[in-house]
Amino acid sequence: MTTLIDMHDVTKTYRMGEVELPVLKGVSLAVNEGELVTLMGASGSGKSTLMNVLGCLDHPTSGEYYLDGREVSRFGARERARLRNRSIGFVFQSFNLLPRMTALENVGMPLTYSRERLTDREKRERAAEMLAKVGLGDRAGHQPSQLSGGEQQRVAIARALINHPRLLLADEPTGNLDSVRSQEILRMIEDLNRTEGITVVLVTHDPAVAGHTRRTVRMKDGLIEEAEKAA
Amino acid sequence: MRFAGILQTGTTALSRNVVRTLLTMLGIVIGVAAVITMMEIGKGATLAIQRTLTSIGANTLVVIPGAQNVGGINYGVGSQTTLTPNDAAAIVQRCQAVENAAPVVRARTQIVYGNRNWVPTYVYGSTASFLRVRDWTTMEEGESFTDHDVRNASKVCVVGRTIVRELFAGQSPIGKEIRVRSVAFKVIGVLSPKGANAMGLDQDDILLAPWTTIKYRIVASSLSTGNQSVTNTTNVTEVNSLSQLYPNITTSLYPTQSSNELADVPQPIRFANVDQILVNARSARDVPQAIEQITNTVRDTHHLRPGEANDFTVRDMTEITNAMSATTELITRLLLYVAMIALVVGGVGIMNIMLVSVTERTREIGLRMAVGAEPNDILEQFLTEAIVICLAGGLIGILVGRGASIVVTKVLHWPTASSLGAIVAAVAVSATVGVSFGFYPAWKGSRLDPIEALRYE
Repeated sequence: MTTLIDMHDVTKTYRMGEVELPVLKGVSLAVNEGELVTLMGASGSGKSTLMNVLGCLDHPTSGEYYLDGREVSRFGARERARLRNRSIGFVFQSFNLLPRMTALENVGMPLTYSRERLTDREKRERAAEMLAKVGLGDRAGHQPSQLSGGEQQRVAIARALINHPRLLLADEPTGNLDSVRSQEILRMIEDLNRTEGITVVLVTHDPAVAGHTRRTVRMKDGLIEEAEKAA
Repeated sequence: MRFAGILQTGTTALSRNVVRTLLTMLGIVIGVAAVITMMEIGKGATLAIQRTLTSIGANTLVVIPGAQNVGGINYGVGSQTTLTPNDAAAIVQRCQAVENAAPVVRARTQIVYGNRNWVPTYVYGSTASFLRVRDWTTMEEGESFTDHDVRNASKVCVVGRTIVRELFAGQSPIGKEIRVRSVAFKVIGVLSPKGANAMGLDQDDILLAPWTTIKYRIVASSLSTGNQSVTNTTNVTEVNSLSQLYPNITTSLYPTQSSNELADVPQPIRFANVDQILVNARSARDVPQAIEQITNTVRDTHHLRPGEANDFTVRDMTEITNAMSATTELITRLLLYVAMIALVVGGVGIMNIMLVSVTERTREIGLRMAVGAEPNDILEQFLTEAIVICLAGGLIGILVGRGASIVVTKVLHWPTASSLGAIVAAVAVSATVGVSFGFYPAWKGSRLDPIEALRYE
């Protein structure tokens, strides 16, 4: 088992004028490839900031962050953009699908920024394949407004997977869904983790959601309080 | 990201809000249409003004003989007798920038019809091309003389409006005979009125005849400095010597020859010199070129060695030409500036809408950045949208502008001239407006922080 995420004493401090606001106060975290980790914590505990750092949307103030053996904490904006495109998939609480674009176009959107030289046709085929994988092969031409919440989130998952990322970051993916749909989405994420071997970091408030995973990381006041292995 | 891809993303985004896109485009459409219409009206006006100014001689050149200098006495410009009708023929033949040339022999003398007499401002002898050079081909009555009349030294003439008024009291003079220094000229044509020239001289006060007739029948051995009437007609000053300020009438050393004696001793006839050659260049722009070609040609026909001074001068109507170019340039520029303002206003409209669009789509930008769009990709995307709006607006503007200038011609009867330059400029300008006014919003979008942008409500 190789270590995919390796964080050493990462801090993040926001400056608001004169005041410095430390949000992460020295987080160390290691996640092996293929793991499914739940990140829990009260609001304001720093989990969103940690997710941003994990997802290379933001760089830490200090500390080191190795993703797949490469120190990404020193990457510039362009390198991080490429890394996000190639190695990281995002699933958001509010789906963040682009309105007035079909499900197929939404799924294929990240390919536009891919370094791979794909023809339009290849792009469409790959997007269709991903949609089929999340069980929405027959909804390719629908716009987000014509889809239910659960379906929208599945489109978002297909979009996150289109570039075959190593890491999937899901920020409260079930926050806007009812319990039945939530179960569906969680099961899908678990399946992806198990069958495809994609490493997943899942942020949630819901202890029931956390129950699905073997490992739960709790955050409090910018520090990781405990990392437990569930049975 | 390939260009086709960017373009597609751009057009898709624009087609999402068709009404807004069209309204934004409207600014550019109006701007470009204004530029094109204004430029075409400006060009039409320029051509019309050029045509008008040509009629008063903006592209007319005058070749006059140089000054003769004998024994330290300068006889003034025009005293050389080296300019010939052959020079005029050579100029027409050899100079590409020249359209027509006409030799001119001048006289100043009294003309008589019935019990009336008159001294015209101009008594000109020339060829049939004179009227073409002066852009004066429309006749009020009758017709002009021909090259045949010039060869035969026919006693025919055409007269201007003023002479008709003074000698014929407004009646048609066609077929009547005018006596010009006891030579009877048949009037065969009346020139259309032209009015005063730039110096205030009445151009209609003219009698025009073949140069051979004037030269050989009227002026005889003219040295043509324009004061023939003083020496040859009955002179008042001889009667009343009190008005003589300076005793410049030299005492004659020899008895005056009678006409019989003169006829008995024929003078050797020198070649026929003319007083000036009127030339018109193909256009006012060709004038400098024409001057050069004429100089070379006449130097050649006069067999002047290199280094030898010209025995003639070529003059152009610099004043008129300058006035013309200044006027038309001013008009065209003025119109263009006004149209440019319209384009800038259109550009500001685009900037405004693009800023709104960037703000509206902050989350989209955040998402695109999260899935791997680099700042440059975002910049390209929004810049493309702005350019697509501008180019599409530019194309529609070209059509509207052309249409507008056609309508202007049809309805207002203003002259317009289609100009490819205007269309090219309009496309270039609209693309430039797109880039320059689209850049700031696009840049603003590309500098967004993905985290903030994703959280934006």
